Amino acid sequence: MLEVSDLRVAYRKQAIIPDLTLEPLRAGAVVALLGPNGSGKSTLLKALAGLLPYKQGSVRLDGKSLEKISFEQRAQQVVYLPQSLPASVHLRVLESVLVAARASALAAEAGRVHLEQVLSLLQRLGIEHLSMHYLDQLSGGQKQLVGLAQALIRRPRLLLLDEPLSALDLNYQFHVMDLLGQETHEHGLITLIVLHDLNVALRHSDYAVLIKQGELLGEGAPGQVITPAALAEGYGVEARIEPCSKGILQVLIDGLRAPVR
Amino acid sequence: MLSAHTARLAETQYQQLIRTRWLMVAALVFVIVFSTLADFTLGPSALTWPDLFQTLLQPSTAEPTVRVIVWEFRLPYSMMAVAVGMALGLAGAEMQTILNNPLASPFTLGISSAAAFGASLAIVLDMSLPGLPHSWMIGGNAFLFALLSALLLDAAARWGAMSSSGMVLFGIAMVFSFNALVSLMQFIASAEDLQGLVFWTMGSLSRATWPKVGAMMLAVALIWPLAMRDAWKLTALRLGEDRASSFGINVQRLRLTSLLRISLLAALAVSFVGTISFIGLIAPHIARRLFGEDHRFYLPGSALVGAMVLSLASIASKNISSGIIVPVGIVTSLVGVPFFLSVVLRRQSN
Repeated sequence: MLEVSDLRVAYRKQAIIPDLTLEPLRAGAVVALLGPNGSGKSTLLKALAGLLPYKQGSVRLDGKSLEKISFEQRAQQVVYLPQSLPASVHLRVLESVLVAARASALAAEAGRVHLEQVLSLLQRLGIEHLSMHYLDQLSGGQKQLVGLAQALIRRPRLLLLDEPLSALDLNYQFHVMDLLGQETHEHGLITLIVLHDLNVALRHSDYAVLIKQGELLGEGAPGQVITPAALAEGYGVEARIEPCSKGILQVLIDGLRAPVR
Repeated sequence: MLSAHTARLAETQYQQLIRTRWLMVAALVFVIVFSTLADFTLGPSALTWPDLFQTLLQPSTAEPTVRVIVWEFRLPYSMMAVAVGMALGLAGAEMQTILNNPLASPFTLGISSAAAFGASLAIVLDMSLPGLPHSWMIGGNAFLFALLSALLLDAAARWGAMSSSGMVLFGIAMVFSFNALVSLMQFIASAEDLQGLVFWTMGSLSRATWPKVGAMMLAVALIWPLAMRDAWKLTALRLGEDRASSFGINVQRLRLTSLLRISLLAALAVSFVGTISFIGLIAPHIARRLFGEDHRFYLPGSALVGAMVLSLASIASKNISSGIIVPVGIVTSLVGVPFFLSVVLRRQSN
């Protein structure tokens, strides 16, 4: 379980997240983190990962305060996958996943990760055929899947993903979200994922958190959070949420709520 | 079923790849040993292979003149080429990783120039500390300036969020500044000091002596395992700073310790042989092609390629013009400039 209370994160003196408290997030849930650009989503993920310091508030994972453990210990439990894809790196896919497991200062304590484990993970993600390819030969979508493998091989409790679908085509988006759901449910992770596509959030997440300017606009089941009123307030758009012929909720955008000035 | 087969195949291929890399390491060691020995059989006062082996293996039975030439002049010269090549290759590889820049090397970004300035300052001002020999003071001051310039580069790279080309321009500015300061030192130096200063700027192995070779070898032998201890972390850094941090790596500490190693290697190399250009740039590129960027192989690979290239350059420096040993720094510049341009142009076209 992840508990975030009274969190305040600031860059210099400007508060990006003034004071954020969330309902406890349960293990085994894919949580969509939603909000317009500049709403503090990436900042929140970085703060949870321990990459950005916060002066106030607390983050507890399975009842333990993350502030009270070392950066290295925190990284054993919390894995953050940034938005950016690695540029031209002349490293094979297999090596890039091995390095994720072995580079940490506490890698030895956590037990050595073997080649077979990496290969079996790549197999689960359906990219074992890319094992011997160089990273700089892969497409954006393939790199994103390798990134996911780098995150999962560390066997985290809390997985933080910053827009992992941004470089992916429709097929890969479905593939990645299905895999994430499967890994999260099977291994009891808490997966917090920044999404821009609200239809993906409605279809694939178990819980949704909507923020704007670092303030909470709503949280709960995706169908209850993604409402016309919330979209008007959060994104400034006129929208309808209607079930399709298969009964799955869809967001239909009618236009801007107010003209952009 | 098919994917399990693919995974097994990948495992076999990876193990084969690791074996091939070890074979390449062995091949590089062989080429270095061979080129070091071949050096004795070429150029002025060339030896035959039997004479060479006799002098090396049973010095007491060799002719005294040959023994002196081999043991007092040519062997320290060749060994210095190997040691300095390793130091610059290793420093260049680490530097390209921590600055995330394929054009980085102690020479191109001004660390070598800063070290040369530190050394020339110590010579001209006749700096000394009680109980410390003057030659140590020269090396120490070279290290101090190398470290300062490395820290400056790191600060510029991080705080200025500088692009790869911006970084190189900053480095070039440092090269110009320190070279101008070295020229100033030459201008105010006495005739005797001037001779020593010219040596720094040209880069030459001709002043190699056994104690200097020993010190350089010792430095490489001490720093190499420290770099290897960080091999996984440095490999992770290639995936991006945020990703490396999220793996639990203290990136700031990693960069700082790496810069200390780079400065020490570059400063020692400069204080013994002057500024030898481009080895730290060329070696990592060749090593990357041969080994990829798994730093367990890339770092030693770059050190060995550095030793090989400088060893071959030192052979060339003796055979370009008969009877004259051209300073090896001139040879590496002649090879390095086209190489540097090819890297720049390749990046442009990408």
